[in-house]
Amino acid sequence: MKRFAPPLLLVLLILFPILVQDSYYQHLMILVLMWVAIGTGWNVIAGYTGQVSFGDAAFFGAGAYTAGLFVHKLGLSAWWAMAFGGIAAMAVAFPFGWICFRLRGAYFALASLALNEVMRHIATIWEPLTGGMVGLLIMQSFVSKIPYYYIALGMAVISVLSVQFIMASKWGYYFISIREDQDAAESLGIDTHYYKMCSLNIAAFLTGTAGALYMNYMGFIDPEVVFSLHDISIMAILVGIVGGVGTLYGPVVGAFVMVAVHEFFRTGFFGLFKGLAALTGSAAVETAAKFIMEAHVLGFGVLVVIVILILPNGIVGDWSRIKRIFTGTRQRKVPG
Amino acid sequence: MDVFLQTLVAGILKGGLYGLIGMGMSLIMGVMGIINLAHGQLMMVAMYITFVCFTYLGLDPYAALLITMPALFLLGALIQRYALNPLMEVESLLPENQVLMTVGIGMVLTEIARFIFSSDYKSVQTAYSSSSFFLRGISFSVALTAAFFIALLFTGFMFWFLLKTDLGRAIRATAQDKDAALLMGVDAKRITILTFGIGSALVAAAGTLLMPIYYLFPDIGSPFTRKAFVITILGGLGSTVGAIFGGLTLGLAEAFGATYIGMAFDDMIGLLIFILVLLFLPSGFKRLTKI
Repeated sequence: MKRFAPPLLLVLLILFPILVQDSYYQHLMILVLMWVAIGTGWNVIAGYTGQVSFGDAAFFGAGAYTAGLFVHKLGLSAWWAMAFGGIAAMAVAFPFGWICFRLRGAYFALASLALNEVMRHIATIWEPLTGGMVGLLIMQSFVSKIPYYYIALGMAVISVLSVQFIMASKWGYYFISIREDQDAAESLGIDTHYYKMCSLNIAAFLTGTAGALYMNYMGFIDPEVVFSLHDISIMAILVGIVGGVGTLYGPVVGAFVMVAVHEFFRTGFFGLFKGLAALTGSAAVETAAKFIMEAHVLGFGVLVVIVILILPNGIVGDWSRIKRIFTGTRQRKVPG
Repeated sequence: MDVFLQTLVAGILKGGLYGLIGMGMSLIMGVMGIINLAHGQLMMVAMYITFVCFTYLGLDPYAALLITMPALFLLGALIQRYALNPLMEVESLLPENQVLMTVGIGMVLTEIARFIFSSDYKSVQTAYSSSSFFLRGISFSVALTAAFFIALLFTGFMFWFLLKTDLGRAIRATAQDKDAALLMGVDAKRITILTFGIGSALVAAAGTLLMPIYYLFPDIGSPFTRKAFVITILGGLGSTVGAIFGGLTLGLAEAFGATYIGMAFDDMIGLLIFILVLLFLPSGFKRLTKI
């Protein structure tokens, strides 16, 4: 079962746009696949290497702005920028990692948070290049969502496969050794700085590529959207944490769950409350529906708190525990 | 020269208040090693309480200190007891789960505030809100000056509390070595709850003092959280005196940045200082002041 699940899922995903014609669900799936790539990137640096980054939006935004500026200033096709978006994100990640990887643990997390904010300020202030608060607007290449879907699918699959490949190689074991005990890894002769840099750059590349895709797909960005701490950086962390830190399929599961939850709250339980209000005609339900739709960030926050409290290793990481809860079997205590 | 002096005064006055914001976070970080990214949001809660007290009860913001500080003490203690302490017992891969938890708590607090008060800007207009006095041609805002001296008072009190009382000694012992403190008979869990409470109460004081001169909206928390951690890193973890120096540095840097470089840069200056300090003076001003 476990071996056949990923290929089965892949087949389902390939058939998805044919099975589901509704463009709303296609849009959601494109977002899910984008988050798979971002979450996988975050998982490499935080889940496997243990360097929690709060600054994914810096890479995402760098990728998105590269794509936008390629079209805007150079008149090139935005698709060129998908490769260059990843490289631009690496260009941000490289000096940052070079300088800040002497910091450890929570300090690194804070430094990455600061990077996030600095990038947002630069994008806002450097108006001649980025358009400042007004943002960038480009023409989308396709009218239909299907080409975007397959491109996003390709990106997600490539990111998961490449991470699988990397984690099975020598690099992967070095990454994990840094997470488990950096000093021990150092004493064994592993150049921890070098491997942390490798890990960060992989993460930045994946995130930056996703950012470039986002630009192509949405056609509009501004600093508040792509450098947003809550909507991008925290969301990336949530995708990783909810799915499962340090597991290959964790971010995949996390992306599905988080986008679903996001939409669930945003649309007021998929219009359930709106429907109820129309059905009963009661003003109270109508107000409740309005409040619930406004409260999607609140729902998000509560979800973070609950997930961290009861599932610190995520759905994939704590799968055996979830199974225990549902089947009702108790954990066998080992004596002693 | 006048512009320079005026900027200096504005920076120092603002810096004193920043010190108060940073002190609470510094205490929490030093004792528990938790980066509390909900710090500014706690301040926002205190500001809303002040706003409610003023608008509906007609209570002066300075009197509201007596309400906001205990209220936030309680809120902080509850957060530590029911949200952060349980995390120490669960096994997880990442030690940063606590940081994430505080992010979640911050989001919840912000959204609850938005729920109740909507996103509108609120302010408290007192008689002294916009009044100022002049000293040799340099204007001092009355409210900011009062806030500055109250902040100094709290700093002195915290300093005394941490150095001279048993409880303060227990807190410092827990900060230095939790396991050793536990062996010496310090109830470390109770100390963490207490510390988070005190930290929240201090930031509540800062929020209330800021209220007569500042506006208020639900998202005000996150910029102040950012400022608080810059101050904390500048001052060195767990150092109350360091936090004051950190606050003054940030206040001055922001004031001079705004005057001589441009208004748009004032947030960025803080962040750049932050990264520079992390890299070149990792223990902050604590290394210089030793307390």
